[in-house]
Amino acid sequence: MSVLVVAEHIRGELRPVTLELVSAAKELGGPVAVAVIARDPAALVDAVNVDGVDEIVCVPVEQEEFENDVYQHAVETLVAERSPRLILLGFTVNSMGYAPALAAKLGLGFASDVFAVRDDGGELVAERAFYGAKVNGEVDFPGHEQVLLLLRATAWPPAEGAGSATVSEASVGAAASRARHKDWVEVVAGDVDITSADFLLSVGRGIGDKENLEQFQELAEAMGATLSVSRPLVDAGWMPGARQVGQSGKTVKPKVYLALGISGAVQHLAGMKTSGTIIAVNTDPEAAIFNVAHYGAVADLFEVAEELEKLY
Amino acid sequence: MKIVVCVKQVGALGDEVEFTDDERDVDPDYLDYAINEWDTYATEEALRLRDAAGDGEVVVITAGDEDAEDAMRRALAMGADRGVRVWSDELAGADPITVARALAEVARAESPDLVLCGVQSSDAVQAATGAALAELLDLPRAAVVTKLELSGGTATVHRELEGGLVDVAEVDTPCVLTIQTGINEPRYATLRAIKQAEEKEIEVREPGDLGAPAARVRRMFVPPKGEGAEMLDGDAGEVARRIKEIIEERTA
Repeated sequence: MSVLVVAEHIRGELRPVTLELVSAAKELGGPVAVAVIARDPAALVDAVNVDGVDEIVCVPVEQEEFENDVYQHAVETLVAERSPRLILLGFTVNSMGYAPALAAKLGLGFASDVFAVRDDGGELVAERAFYGAKVNGEVDFPGHEQVLLLLRATAWPPAEGAGSATVSEASVGAAASRARHKDWVEVVAGDVDITSADFLLSVGRGIGDKENLEQFQELAEAMGATLSVSRPLVDAGWMPGARQVGQSGKTVKPKVYLALGISGAVQHLAGMKTSGTIIAVNTDPEAAIFNVAHYGAVADLFEVAEELEKLY
Repeated sequence: MKIVVCVKQVGALGDEVEFTDDERDVDPDYLDYAINEWDTYATEEALRLRDAAGDGEVVVITAGDEDAEDAMRRALAMGADRGVRVWSDELAGADPITVARALAEVARAESPDLVLCGVQSSDAVQAATGAALAELLDLPRAAVVTKLELSGGTATVHRELEGGLVDVAEVDTPCVLTIQTGINEPRYATLRAIKQAEEKEIEVREPGDLGAPAARVRRMFVPPKGEGAEMLDGDAGEVARRIKEIIEERTA
C-alpha cells in the first residue's frame, strides 16, 4: 500500500524516528515516499535515502524550523496530490500540534502512539495501549480510504543501508503561520550527566514525599550509583530536569538501571528500556516497568531500600 | 477574559481486568475514575490567567456521561465558574477526533479568548483532542506547553520537545493550547470550595452530527507478557541481597 512518511527534523538534524517510520512503511509493502519539509530540504536527502525508500519528496518552505500551520498545509497539499493510503508520522510533540488537526479537517482515519500496524486483507489494523499500558487494543478504520497514524518512537528499528530513492520536488505555496518559532531554550545542564553513568538508581512517585529524597540520595552514594528520577518528581520541583529519565528528559543506557517505585509510563520506558540490566521494585505486580525489567520484585521500596542500606 | 478548559473523567485500572462482552473496552467495574491529571494543570493555568486579568470567566467543558460531572466538580471546586457537559451514547469510547467535534460545538458557542486542554488523557493517551479542536474552531494552536504568557494579541509559549529542548513560540490569540504537567502547581480544593462547587451550574447538551468515527476499537486484550522479568522472591532482606549480587555481577 502507498505510504507517505513525513520526515521530522530539528535544528538541521533528522530525528531518528523518521527512519523507524520507514521500517514500518516497508513492512506494509510500499511504495514508500518520504516528504522532507524544510527551508533547504536537499540538505536532508542523504540522511533519509535509506533502503526501502522509493521516493524523497522535497518540499521547500520559508520556515527553517517546525511550525504547525506550515506543516499542516504542506502535508494536506501532498495528501491531495498523491492520495496515499497511509500517512505515517512520529508520535512526537511536533506531530501532536498538527496531525490531529489534519485528520479532523480531511476526515482521515486516525490513531496515535501506535506500536504495531498490519494489513488485514486490505484493511489497516493498528495496535496501541490503553489504561496506563495495562491493556492493548486493536484499532481499525472502517470507511476510511486514507489513514494517518502517529507511531511510537523506538517501536520499530531504524531503516538502514544505502537507498536508491528518486528525488522529486513539490511546491506547496506559503501558509499563514499563526504559531511562529522564536527561539530555543536548552535544558539547564545539571551537576551530573546521567547519560554517562554506568549504574543509575532511579526513583519515582513511589517515594511519596520530598523529605524522602535525601534517603535515596544517600543510598545512591553508598551504592556507587548516580541518582535519576522519573517525570513526576521534576514536575513537583523536587529535582532538576537534568536528572530526568524519559522522552522529555534524557535517554539513558547504563549497565544497571535500578528502578524503585517507578510504575513505567510509556514515556519513561522510552528513555531507559535499552539499559543493560533493569531491576525494578514496585508494589503493583501489574506495573508496566516489569514488562521491560530483567529482574523484578513486588515489594515495598522503603523496606528494600532499608535492607540495601544495611548491605552497603 | 473568557477561558474554556476541556476536562475528562479518566479511568484507571487496578490489579485486575475484565472486558465488556464485545471486548471493545474494559468493564467499567474494574476502573477507578478521577479527573485527568493534565486537566488539573490546564484548569490551574486558566484560573491564574483569569485572576491576573482581574475579571473574566473560566468555563469547564467535557464530553462525558453523568458520572463525568465528578471531574467537572473538581475543576469547579478549584475555582472554575461554570460547566457545560455534552453527551450522547455515540461518545462512549469515542476516538479523539469525534470527541473534538462534540467539544467544538460547545466551545464555539462560548466565543472564548483562550481554550486550554491537557496534553493527553491518562487512559487513552492519544494527545490529539486539543489540536483537532483547534482545527474545528479554526484557531491557532500549540501542543505541550510548559510556560504561557499573554500580551496584546499573542501568547508566548514554551513547547517542550523530546530530550528537554524547548521551542519558544509566538501564537496568535485566540488559540488552543495543550498544557503539560509541571507548568504550575494545581491548587487543592478546600472542603468549603467542594461544597460550593455543588451549587455551580453545569449545563447539559446533546451533540449535533458527529460524522464518521476516525477509528474503532476492534478488541482490547491483556498484552502477552514478553520474556518478562525474573521475579525475585522472599522478604525485603532477600530481595536486597539478590539486587546487590546482580549489580556486582553486571557492573563488573
